[in-house]
Amino acid sequence: MADDEQRATALTGALVSLGHSVTSAMQRLGYATRFLLMLLRWSGQSFRRLHLTIREIYFSGFQSLLIIMVSGLFIGMVLGMQGYDTLQRYGSAEALGVLVALSLVRELGPVVAALLFASRAGSSITAEIGLMKTTEQLMAMDMMAVNPIARVVAPRFWGGVLSMPLLAALFSATGVFGGYLIGVVFIGVDNGAFWSQMQASVDFRYDVWSGIVKSFVFGIAVSLIAVFEGYDAVPTAEGVSSSIKSTVVKSALAILALDFVLTSFMFREAG
Amino acid sequence: MLFSCHFPGIIVPAENLVEIKDLDFAYEDRPILQGISLEIPRGKVVAMMGGSGCGKTTLLRLIGGQLRPSRGQILVDGLSVPALNAEELYALRRRMGMLFQFGALFTDISVFDNVAYQMREHTDLPEELIRDMVLMKLNAVGLRGAHSLMPSELSGGMARRVALARAIALDPMLIMYDEPFAGLDPISLGIIGQLIRQLNDALGATTIMVTHDIQESLHIVDYIYFMSGGKIVALGTPDEIRASTHPFVHQFVHAQADGPVPFHYPARPLAQEMFDRGTHGG
Repeated sequence: MADDEQRATALTGALVSLGHSVTSAMQRLGYATRFLLMLLRWSGQSFRRLHLTIREIYFSGFQSLLIIMVSGLFIGMVLGMQGYDTLQRYGSAEALGVLVALSLVRELGPVVAALLFASRAGSSITAEIGLMKTTEQLMAMDMMAVNPIARVVAPRFWGGVLSMPLLAALFSATGVFGGYLIGVVFIGVDNGAFWSQMQASVDFRYDVWSGIVKSFVFGIAVSLIAVFEGYDAVPTAEGVSSSIKSTVVKSALAILALDFVLTSFMFREAG
Repeated sequence: MLFSCHFPGIIVPAENLVEIKDLDFAYEDRPILQGISLEIPRGKVVAMMGGSGCGKTTLLRLIGGQLRPSRGQILVDGLSVPALNAEELYALRRRMGMLFQFGALFTDISVFDNVAYQMREHTDLPEELIRDMVLMKLNAVGLRGAHSLMPSELSGGMARRVALARAIALDPMLIMYDEPFAGLDPISLGIIGQLIRQLNDALGATTIMVTHDIQESLHIVDYIYFMSGGKIVALGTPDEIRASTHPFVHQFVHAQADGPVPFHYPARPLAQEMFDRGTHGG
């Protein structure tokens, strides 16, 4: 009898905690949606006072250039080596340019650049906003009749959204250069074939445009997660550190999940 | 009669900048303030005193419109703060200055830019005029020479003075201080105390100061409200407070460890706790 009672209590406890986690997740999602609406409502200033947004593009975009371009170069070089190894088995090593360019422009460029952007710029945006909250700077701003969402959050969000496609494009460009370096300069694939096949096979509307759309969507997701986690951080050292971790983890998951969804929509069967 | 919050009219002239009536506030189910009624006369420096966690800071946030009361009325300059929409609230806040406990200076910009912040956000004044105004504000707190420093280069006392200069940047009608003396050395503490009084009088402003530093406050304020457990338990001028026999005020003014505010957090009798050894945590 006592055993039954204990089992029933354990079951109720498990159900209660499951229900609690579901409702709190829904509540947070609702809060995030309201936050996004507020952000959009107060975005006017980010464009009227463009220097605020340009400053954020400098911090999150320009300062991520080094990591983005170096990573792009190395990934391009690896693609060059691996691609050559596979293609030469079928006697089509000249198609190396196509392989490198398509892989980068369609997939690796937007996805890897967004992952790097989330870890480099997203985490620092979260840390900055979280620490401003912890040290009461956001509250002080609000008391000075300056809306922190308009002044702090929106410029960082738009800075990230505008930087992301540019970074992804630069990532792909340096990657193609890396592939060229390995394939043409070191291995000796024909220079003309490398570029002409690439030019012939990479379709701007389909391949390049789909990469741009992806990186734009990733930019929105990463920037929104970064500013929301910072703004919603528990105002303690531990709270801010946990928010930074959340930004990186949630951004990575969001990027990969969105990539799958977007690729499914963009996928067209051969022929 | 003196220490009854039901007769606040005894100390205040007709013209009040802040009027609070029957105010209740709770965080979810936890009541913080209960039945608060008070009046802050124009031009005066008024201290809200009480132990940590008695709801003083919450009261400031309610006056500033950062929190909404569960019940009751908050009037600032005749405007009902909880009824204002976002734009009206911001318009009112432009006429308020607030000093946060640890200054809350913007750490990514210099002392000068911190003080200039509101002028640049809210006015179209030319930069030369802003420069002169900022230097005058910094001069008033004795830190004109420090205008190019970053907040990280300031001592605690200096940061508080810069925050004070920032709070008065737009010559507010109401200045609110949240624990202005916390963590300061005696010299900085005296300086801040004098500045609070002088700036209030020079600007023709009204000051509400939340603090638990009784000795410093008695020198500079006009009235003191004592709060305990979310209620106002006593009020009076500094002289009346010094002479008070009210048990809470007496304990507070003379810094006694035990009294109406108990030394011990509520617990079972010690003897019982000792005999039940081993049951702890089980």
